[in-house]
Amino acid sequence: MNTTTKPPLAPPSALLAELTYRCPLACPYCSNPLNMGGRETEMSTDEWKAIFTQAAALGVLHVHMSGGEPASRRDLRDLVAHCAQLELYTNLITSGVGLTRTSLRELAAAGLDHVQLSIQDAEPKSADWIGGYEGGFAKKMEVAGWVAEEGLPLTVNAVIHRANVARAADMVDFAVRLGARRIEIAHTQYYGWALLNRAHLMPTRDQSEKAYAEVEERRERYKGQIVIDHVAPDYHAKYPKACMSGWGRMSMNVTPQGKVLPCHAAETIPGLEFWNARERTLADIWANSPGFNAYRGDDWMQEPCRSCERKAEDFGGCRCQALALAGDASACDPICVKSPRHGLIAEIAARDSAEKVEGFIPRRIERTREKTEA
Amino acid sequence: MTEQLTEDSRPHLLRGVKLKNDQVRKAWVLLAPERYLRLNAISVDILQRCDGAAALATIVDGLAEKYKADRAMIERDVRGLLNNLLEKRMLGL
Ligand code: SF4
Ligand code: SF4
Repeated sequence: MNTTTKPPLAPPSALLAELTYRCPLACPYCSNPLNMGGRETEMSTDEWKAIFTQAAALGVLHVHMSGGEPASRRDLRDLVAHCAQLELYTNLITSGVGLTRTSLRELAAAGLDHVQLSIQDAEPKSADWIGGYEGGFAKKMEVAGWVAEEGLPLTVNAVIHRANVARAADMVDFAVRLGARRIEIAHTQYYGWALLNRAHLMPTRDQSEKAYAEVEERRERYKGQIVIDHVAPDYHAKYPKACMSGWGRMSMNVTPQGKVLPCHAAETIPGLEFWNARERTLADIWANSPGFNAYRGDDWMQEPCRSCERKAEDFGGCRCQALALAGDASACDPICVKSPRHGLIAEIAARDSAEKVEGFIPRRIERTREKTEA
Repeated sequence: MTEQLTEDSRPHLLRGVKLKNDQVRKAWVLLAPERYLRLNAISVDILQRCDGAAALATIVDGLAEKYKADRAMIERDVRGLLNNLLEKRMLGL
């Protein structure tokens, strides 16, 4: 149906391709869904290529090859080469585990533009424990070296939580030593596995604030050397983040099974209908999928967002978080001080950061273990 | 420390930073890790001259000539753009 009040739909600029949910690591904050499909459910090489071709025509500029661990796909090089031919900017989001010296060289030759390498900590033992993979840290150092040898730009990505919060700023120093041009320091956002593990991950307010300030202090020190993208700790913030720069505004996620989503947690919202790129064109999905249209613009907003002057800036925060914490996906994100449920956030943060349970529920494709015995 | 731009610097876009004439948006964009910038015509003209061979002075001369504009003013614009990209780690000298 055509509405006259809405501005014309802008083309998407980014596509996150979750090539596979398979991953040798088991990070307790992984943003993948709890019920992940295995290899046999994944799209084929040709299906992915067709999606990238459509994406380029639709106006996508950046393709993020992600997962899981994208290097778990044997056709990764083919897919990168296909995107490069289409003049799509290709970014590899990797844990490093699964890459070899040869495969990285081949990816660079195929036209890969950028590598984003995750680190779990600046301290090797802790890093391997968090990722649940012995030797992972050493492997990442090796991969960072290869990336430099290939002359590819490197971004280091670190997710901050209770087990590494004391070393948030060290990770910036560490990324500088690795020769990274950019670092993303993201305080954990509680969706998917992270929500399940919240009581193991939540740092105290003091820890969060100290880490935040220490990272910010590095910004001036390393100016012109490394760019710091800093995602603030949600549960200790005043206003919510502009989740995904607005629902269905700039980017789309494609799951290993072809489902097209506005963000990786979108499927946690019940009652939304998402379409599949195996059945429809990307252009049709972007414009007409009910799931994408559900929270576009501001018609869906309730008070206090509806009459708030910040609504064009943060779009009322995160829909998935509103659902998880306020029980209503169109409510104001409770992270916001204006939300009537804001008080709840401090309570949860205090409770979960105080709980002294150690060990995580590690991410698994078939979630059989309900509890860790760590 | 940010590198200092001088008359003799030979600016160039770093690997992983690309100019693209986007047919969908009908605009030139600068693509970099996780971001893109829409460029106006003069910025495109500046960046197309940043090939790592031409010195800053030569680039400014060329633009002043082409636009029949005051050299000092052009230089200010060029430095403004390039310093911004240096800080964002998109440019090499
Ligand atoms: S967050 Fe960890 S477990 Fe999840 S895909 Fe990335 S590396 Fe794998
Ligand atoms: S009331 Fe809504 S729009 Fe306003 S700041 Fe809070 S979340 Fe953002």
